[in-house]
Amino acid sequence: MQTYDLSERGLRGLNSVLHAQREETNRTGWEVVNPRGSHAIAVGLDAPLEIIVKGSTGYYCAGMNQGATIRVEGSVGPGVAENMMSGSVVVEGDASQYAGATGHGGLLVIKGNASSRCGISMKGIDIVVHGNVGHMSAFMAQAGNLVVCGDAGDALGDSIYEARLFVRGSVKSLGADCVEKEMRPEHVGILEDLLERADLHARPEEFRRYGSARKLYNFDIDNVADY
Amino acid sequence: MCGIVGLFLKDKELEPKLGEMLTQMLITMTDRGPDSAGIAIYGRGKRGKAKLTVQSDKPCQDLDDLAPELGRAVGTEVGIRRVDTHAVLELEAGKVNVARKAVRELRPGIRVMSDGEVIEIYKEVGLPRDVADRFELSRMEGTHGIGHTRMATESAVTTEGAHPYSTGADQCLVHNGSLSNHNDLRRKLMRKGVRIESMNDTEVGAAYLTWKMQNGASLGEALDSSLEDLDGFFTFVVGTRDGFGVLRDPIACKPAVMAETSRYVAFGSEYRALASLPGIENASVWEPEPATVYFWSH
Repeated sequence: MQTYDLSERGLRGLNSVLHAQREETNRTGWEVVNPRGSHAIAVGLDAPLEIIVKGSTGYYCAGMNQGATIRVEGSVGPGVAENMMSGSVVVEGDASQYAGATGHGGLLVIKGNASSRCGISMKGIDIVVHGNVGHMSAFMAQAGNLVVCGDAGDALGDSIYEARLFVRGSVKSLGADCVEKEMRPEHVGILEDLLERADLHARPEEFRRYGSARKLYNFDIDNVADY
Repeated sequence: MCGIVGLFLKDKELEPKLGEMLTQMLITMTDRGPDSAGIAIYGRGKRGKAKLTVQSDKPCQDLDDLAPELGRAVGTEVGIRRVDTHAVLELEAGKVNVARKAVRELRPGIRVMSDGEVIEIYKEVGLPRDVADRFELSRMEGTHGIGHTRMATESAVTTEGAHPYSTGADQCLVHNGSLSNHNDLRRKLMRKGVRIESMNDTEVGAAYLTWKMQNGASLGEALDSSLEDLDGFFTFVVGTRDGFGVLRDPIACKPAVMAETSRYVAFGSEYRALASLPGIENASVWEPEPATVYFWSH
């Protein structure tokens, strides 16, 4: 395990060192100390590294991740794991707005709460939130799964395409074109797998599934009131 | 963008360090707002006395003989403490309104930053570190304070465009965001006789709250009604005599982080601003909810 002290060696150095590991795969374990809310920690990684961030981070932690496993032992600012392609990101604390935005793949686990716009425009990422999510979560979500073990705020899944949303608690309100859907056996299977990978002991049957009513894919004058 | 910091002390032992802690927080927010910076500091007042904090671009000309001249004009003794371009005038509490008027007549170049029993507002153009140095912010003591670093979007980089804005005796407002209906609201408020001095959106927000409170609303009610009447993005932090309050608009895209320990409650636009506070690693840290008014008071 390598240790990188962010307060001494700086952010640009950290990301350069981590990017360079693509060719030097023997140094896969990294511990980042003194993050002190810094932005853009461990972004753009493109190798199967295992990173532990010892404390809270600012904007865009673990953005554009491809293949790395990143664990934050603290809370994260806006845009954690934004546009993740693969790999996994685990946040021990809370996440600020737009966690996992536009993510194409991989697994994002938030053990606390996520605030507004969690999973906005998600495109295949799986997001599991142990706590609650704020308003406008999964806005324009296109593919992937969002699992919320607590409650969801206003306008969940507004203008959603084909992502699946699973919520155990209450939903304050559903957004345009988002409806509750039947929980079929294949959905229980997907949920079981995600809960297990996210280290959560919850029963899939306690969740409700939400998804697209598919009325707003293309503009239709008959649906104008729903937009 | 813009940066906000706020610190409300529960532990009296920290009061001598308020300025030092706020300075550190303010400087951390430099890259959110390098254009100007300001702070409102709530210190100890004297019973029956009020403080009027004033500023002039020509302090030698405007502030040198101000105290005795103002004293003669309003018929009371006026104390003065000069701090760079600012001065804190101390006088009988009942004379504040006459003194404000008299200052304007005696020295048209002076701007009144704040009035109240305990509040002092200091703000100027420049990097937060330079502004903090000019006012020796790190040496100030008090029970609570609010700071702001500005990245200008809606109006010019000037002292009038800097935050905090006074909203009444011992009250102030700082803002991160932009109000989109400020021109219309400015016209409406000015027609009602409200004084607004700049083209800045936040000044309109502050004037709106002041006007609401002058018409009988409590600060909490005024903030609640701002959710209806103000259009745009905002995270507001308001300072009061006893503490501070936080309000975010319903969309809540402007960041906000709170931290609380047994010794203090702190606000930062980002966690970075809170990272050097004592005991932060064990503090309760959370993000304030949208469209919800929060208050902490002694």
